[in-house]
Amino acid sequence: MRPAALIMGFLLAFSAMAATPDIYNFDSRAEEIRFQNLTSELRCPKCQNQNIADSNAPISRDMREAVYRMMKGGADNEEIIGALESRFGEFIRYKPKVNERTIWLWATPAIVVLIGLLVVIGIVLRSRASAAGARPLSEDEQRRAEQILSARDNDA
Amino acid sequence: MKRLLLFIPLLVVVILGVVLFAGIGKDPTALESALIGKSVPEFSLPELQNPDRTLDPSVFRGKVSLLNVWGTWCPSCREEHDDLVWLAEDKGIRIVGLNYKDDRDLALQWLERLGDPYEVTIFDPEGSLGFDLGVYGAPETYVIDGQGTVRYRHVGVVNEKVWREHLEPVVQRYREGN
Repeated sequence: MRPAALIMGFLLAFSAMAATPDIYNFDSRAEEIRFQNLTSELRCPKCQNQNIADSNAPISRDMREAVYRMMKGGADNEEIIGALESRFGEFIRYKPKVNERTIWLWATPAIVVLIGLLVVIGIVLRSRASAAGARPLSEDEQRRAEQILSARDNDA
Repeated sequence: MKRLLLFIPLLVVVILGVVLFAGIGKDPTALESALIGKSVPEFSLPELQNPDRTLDPSVFRGKVSLLNVWGTWCPSCREEHDDLVWLAEDKGIRIVGLNYKDDRDLALQWLERLGDPYEVTIFDPEGSLGFDLGVYGAPETYVIDGQGTVRYRHVGVVNEKVWREHLEPVVQRYREGN
């Protein structure tokens, strides 16, 4: 009884700590999903490793509300993200746009894969070249090799 | 040639070291404002001391100002307050206050008790101007030039060091521009 009550207490304490969801009314399920997608794509500028859907920082609540208001006003996703970006900066995008400042961010994985590919190709070509360069056995050597092999067979 | 290849790990370590070392001491929570080089967003809000007077971006016309975002609920604002008073009184810097998401009475008491470094204080209880400025945590301090253009933002406490190293050079530059 006692441990159960203790566990319940802990659970309640932690559930109170989670972000309290504000109540937003949507006309359709699709709109609600759109809202959830949008708010989980936007990064909270205050608590930097959370999206604004998960964060209960006051600024995230304001941003959620702005998203809701703009959605109700008929704005499309790019307009909403653009409006917030013009205030809070590119930081709020989890996926930064490709431009001269972020190009290395986007290009590095491709470059690393390319380097890896070149290394693999180099290794394969080199081992092929050394295999092709090996001298075939002369007739004498061939005969000796057969003798050795058949002797071993007889032993067995 | 083979021997030179042996130096590749060393090279990689050195480059990684330089990159990581450059990051030491940088504050990842300080973001550059998206409004640098743009005008202060439009607003029409009452003055803190005088609710009948409506303020708009023209308060920034004519002289380089600091725009300081504060609230009585914000402990770091208390920390920087004395330095703001010092800037206003000893250095003669024009500071515009933005009382952000606060209670008017509490804010007035605060200024009464601690001194008022602000030439004028904008009262923004809903945080609407704060939101348009991209304020994500008080205190924040902006440098606004005489044309009302945002030139710099500092997130966090202003003290003598921050003033000397970050704000003063910007203020000087735009003061000369006028």
